[in-house]
Amino acid sequence: MNDVFSLREMSRALADGQVSSLELTQDHLARVKEVDSRLNSFITLTEETAIAHATAADTLRGQGDKRPTLGLPMAHKDIFCTEGTLTTAGSKMLSNFVAPYDATVVTKMADAGMVSVGKTNMDEFAMGSSNENSYFGPVTNPWDTDRVPGGSSGGSAAAVAAGLVAGATGTDTGGSIRQPAALCGITGLKPTYGRVSRFGMIAFASSLDQAGPMTRNAEDAALMLSVMAGFDPKDSTSANRDDAWLADVLHHGIAELERPAVIGLPDQYYENSGNQESLAEARQELEKLGHTFKSVSLPHTDAAIPVYYVLASAEASTNLSRYDGVRYGHRCENPTSLQDLYERSREEGFGDEVKRRILTGTYTLSVGYFDAYYLKAQKIRRLIAQDFDKAFADVDLLLTPTSPTPAFHKGQLTDDPVAMYQQDLYTVPTSLAGLPAMSIPCGFSQGLPMGMQLIAPAFREDLALGLAAQFQRHTDWHLKRPGEIN
Amino acid sequence: MTSNTNTPSDDSTPTSGDGIDVAHLSALARLALNAEATSEVASDLQSIVTLIDAMRTVDTEGVEPLSHPFDGTARLRADEVTEHPDPEHFQRNAPATSDQYYLVPRVVE
Repeated sequence: MNDVFSLREMSRALADGQVSSLELTQDHLARVKEVDSRLNSFITLTEETAIAHATAADTLRGQGDKRPTLGLPMAHKDIFCTEGTLTTAGSKMLSNFVAPYDATVVTKMADAGMVSVGKTNMDEFAMGSSNENSYFGPVTNPWDTDRVPGGSSGGSAAAVAAGLVAGATGTDTGGSIRQPAALCGITGLKPTYGRVSRFGMIAFASSLDQAGPMTRNAEDAALMLSVMAGFDPKDSTSANRDDAWLADVLHHGIAELERPAVIGLPDQYYENSGNQESLAEARQELEKLGHTFKSVSLPHTDAAIPVYYVLASAEASTNLSRYDGVRYGHRCENPTSLQDLYERSREEGFGDEVKRRILTGTYTLSVGYFDAYYLKAQKIRRLIAQDFDKAFADVDLLLTPTSPTPAFHKGQLTDDPVAMYQQDLYTVPTSLAGLPAMSIPCGFSQGLPMGMQLIAPAFREDLALGLAAQFQRHTDWHLKRPGEIN
Repeated sequence: MTSNTNTPSDDSTPTSGDGIDVAHLSALARLALNAEATSEVASDLQSIVTLIDAMRTVDTEGVEPLSHPFDGTARLRADEVTEHPDPEHFQRNAPATSDQYYLVPRVVE
């Protein structure tokens, strides 16, 4: 039954006593075991703890606990530390790492009674747009088994699209929630930077990393966000806010928009997009609902990819210097010296893309290049953020494609890192500006799902969710499911 | 990682990736690359540097760098003990330990 259920539907079924959390959880586990050998969307299945947590949730429900999230099965991207469970970040470096504590996101979801059935596959250290950079093997797109699911949260996206779970956590540094959501035909939300705690989330680029929900629809994304979000003293960049809508959405769902929206269409995002047809149809639908459109300009868009690959690589080279083969993670055999231990442990433990990013970051931060690359990129980052500020003076939200193409073939871009980086064309600018953005399904191209991206001003996820929920009440793109996986 | 404020300003033109010294970079990054990997990485890095060089035409005269979305600054907390040392728990993932020390190859003869 879980392959047709959303989180909200399961919540209602649990509340009505039609099903228990244990039954739902067992169904989920059975489906993963049946299907996932063909998708490879999970790295670890946590059957024992899932059964224990589901049983505990049922006991609480029996005692009168009526929280809407109680007993709902879901999955975590394997970038979130889970105490006592393997936490690999898709890397050989951490292939033996059992986290000694829980990430705040993991704690919050467990405290809300949600039941994690396992840890999903991902590009190594969240670096990639195809999920082909995982030490644990590539993930398959449920819509076409020859194609990639996108990345880096490709395991979460494929698992949700295939109906293995209705909701999974993801993380997004330059598009890693939104792009795989688009390529797998699901809903993915990257919240405002600072909205969700980064504590216990394995770091890639700390000024960009943000966790968010990947679900079948906007209502479920809002439900998960309401649990994941919140101030955390353990994350020094956590935003201390009191947004009443976040608490309301948990019990009452997404509120209707107060008035029709003025939606901006950034010229630069429509110049070369291969997604014109489905986006044009989506615009017509939104017009019927009373929304209006306005052309806007984000003049520094072209610089976003270069700026992102300077800043993210620089931050990655610094963050990943912690993997030294001494305190945890992979260590080479028979090191002859401390230097040899560092160099061979890192050479053996990291995959090719991670090494490329570390070396790119090392290059741009090195003597003689720092001002020309790192500082220059930080200045353009401000110009990009200012472009959005100016646009939001005139419009409520922005509507853009999420990715330049639908899901591409496995192996198609693996030999050309720069071509792979272009996958992030439409998602990277919002990451640099720290803004919330979500991808929702809006049509098909070549039989493959396409996504559209809604970008909102800082901390206005409610606007994007409100518009997405309304769109999904009037369309059925988000209800389309891939055929049986063979 | 080294940063250097005495280097040319952002108007200057570094070598645009020409002749990237991968051996030097991999030594800085503590990555032991073999000859084949070094040559592959050199070619990849060249393409990546060409990609990122495209941003250098943007006029940033008078623009302050933005290091963090919304110009946020890291919050400080009171200097209070919030966690208790539990070396055994945290050293469970360590490749080699002894008496709560991390073991590495001999550094001083």
